[in-house]
Amino acid sequence: MNILILAPAYQGHLHASMGPVLTAAHQLSPKGTIDAIVFEASSGCAAASCAMYVGLTRIWRVVSQDFEQTIAPEWIVPTLVELAQKYDVIMAPANTFGKNIMPNLAAVLDVGQVSDVIKILGPRQFERPIYAGNAIEQVESTDAKILLTIRPIAFDAAVMGTSPVPVENCSLIMGHLKDRVTFISVEKPPSQRPDLQSASVVVSGGRGVGEDFSLIEQLADCFGAAVGASRAAVDAGFITNDCQVGQTGKVVAPDLYIAVGISGAIQHWSGMKDSKVIVAINKDAEAPLSKMADYVLIGDLFQVIPELIVAVKKEKETA
Amino acid sequence: MKILIPIKRVIDHMAKIHIKPDGSGVINDYVKMAINPFDEIAVEQALVLREQGQATQVTVLSIGPVGCVETLRHALALGADQAIHIQTDIPLLPLDIAKLITHIVQKNVFDLVISGKQAIDNDCNQVGQMVAALLGWPQGTFISQVVVEGKTLLVKREVDHGIEQLRLVLPCVLTTDLRLNRPRYASLPNVMKAKNKPLETYTLAQLNFKPREGQKTLQILEPTSREGGILVASIQELIEHLKKEQVL
Ligand SMILES: Cc1cc2nc3c(=O)[nH]c(=O)nc-3n(C[C@H](O)[C@H](O)[C@H](O)COP(=O)(O)OP(=O)(O)OC[C@H]3O[C@@H](n4cnc5c(N)ncnc54)[C@H](O)[C@@H]3O)c2cc1C
Repeated sequence: MNILILAPAYQGHLHASMGPVLTAAHQLSPKGTIDAIVFEASSGCAAASCAMYVGLTRIWRVVSQDFEQTIAPEWIVPTLVELAQKYDVIMAPANTFGKNIMPNLAAVLDVGQVSDVIKILGPRQFERPIYAGNAIEQVESTDAKILLTIRPIAFDAAVMGTSPVPVENCSLIMGHLKDRVTFISVEKPPSQRPDLQSASVVVSGGRGVGEDFSLIEQLADCFGAAVGASRAAVDAGFITNDCQVGQTGKVVAPDLYIAVGISGAIQHWSGMKDSKVIVAINKDAEAPLSKMADYVLIGDLFQVIPELIVAVKKEKETA
Repeated sequence: MKILIPIKRVIDHMAKIHIKPDGSGVINDYVKMAINPFDEIAVEQALVLREQGQATQVTVLSIGPVGCVETLRHALALGADQAIHIQTDIPLLPLDIAKLITHIVQKNVFDLVISGKQAIDNDCNQVGQMVAALLGWPQGTFISQVVVEGKTLLVKREVDHGIEQLRLVLPCVLTTDLRLNRPRYASLPNVMKAKNKPLETYTLAQLNFKPREGQKTLQILEPTSREGGILVASIQELIEHLKKEQVL
């Protein structure tokens, strides 16, 4: 079975979700060829980074200045369709990169897509969460080509080696839609903190935190953690959208997830329930999360968090 | 500008999900159904564009069992001008849904399709992108803002690394994210008026449409659940647990 991975490359950098997707590819086809395709500007280093993963056969690199800022499906799908002829399976991570492009490609290829795969059951059989993770669906694809998006937290990251696999240039086939999409800008919230989806500790705040998220940020910094949030906190403008954890935000599974002033609606729970240890800090002992977390501290966060910050700092100093 | 909004009838997001004992699906009977929340946001956006004088007509389309009529009437009560129901009891996959939407777009001439970014039942996140591909139109997914500028749309997209702004040339397809707007409520007079708004119904046979094969559900399972945890009495106790768990 030959697999092509649409490598998640933003602005010339390879995203960490490549690792788990490659692991899923291996599980699906332990003996087959696994190639990856990278779209980037000539200054980009995503193809070079990608080439370091163990288990890939070859990297296709498609270069255009258009990819300097973003990658739109309108610009890359014709190339993918051409290359797809050689492959049985095409996969990408189930993040906003893969979710944007893969269904568009699927429709052009006239095949279905299996979204958000969390387990490979067989060559054509997959498991995926539905209803915000309230149910698990086992599906079989009988399509001529199998298109998958992979939920990154469900698979361990593949390892990088020391010698790169070959990178081959692949020419870009620009479709007729080229000029109908123009990149204008990207607002990236400045953050020195670790990436939410790969951090080993996440501290999240909810509606209970209020406008000033600095307490959450301070607690996060004690742990070297990423900052997350509930939808209510993002909607209220306490924090930017890229921090939303949940059914419709990011799915995270750190070693430690601390939820502060978050009630634990199913839509939030589904985005963090696979965390190893879950701590809830809430003034309400009846909140859903107070019933589901591993460790629950009942109290007013404005009192508890400053004390917790002091205690964690003390631990870190003596450790 | 004429806008088409495909809407899906789903189990209400507040309702509890029960899986059939034989694992063949999720229990739909006697469960509160509602418009998919992302689709309601799409309807709202179309109404806003009409109120701004940018759109002339808002059509809602739903594909599914007879119950969809209720969902379509809800959208008409919110303010949509007309509705189309493609009635079928066969559960269709996203690509089939996208093909049916494409068929309706081509038959009626629309300039803009706005769909929800995902349906909260199957969580697929596919239909809008597929419609864009089938129509050969540009797509703007996960949008949190739309501004009409001449024959283009300036859209903000919620992506993992922040907010991306794109300019799309009409006609195009958009999919909505949660922060695009806050849907209005239907007033009682509008609920009454909605009963008289036009609603066309088609069957798959009338449209000469055969669902494709390609994917089948083998089984629906309960997710693994987590045991409730320990109530800690103090910060120090919490610290001790975290150390024992080796996360501190
Ligand atoms: C289609 C759809 C998709 C959704 N997707 C998501 C998603 O991806 N992610 C998500 O998070 N939500 C999502 N939601 C929203 C979700 O249903 C909840 O509304 C949301 O998660 C609630 O956020 P919250 O817990 O911060 O707020 P609330 O439910 O209001 O909870 C606030 C909590 O803070 C506690 N609190 C208040 N003050 C204090 C204090 N001083 N000290 C301690 N505790 C305090 C309260 O006891 C309460 O438990 C979605 C909803 C829909 C309909």
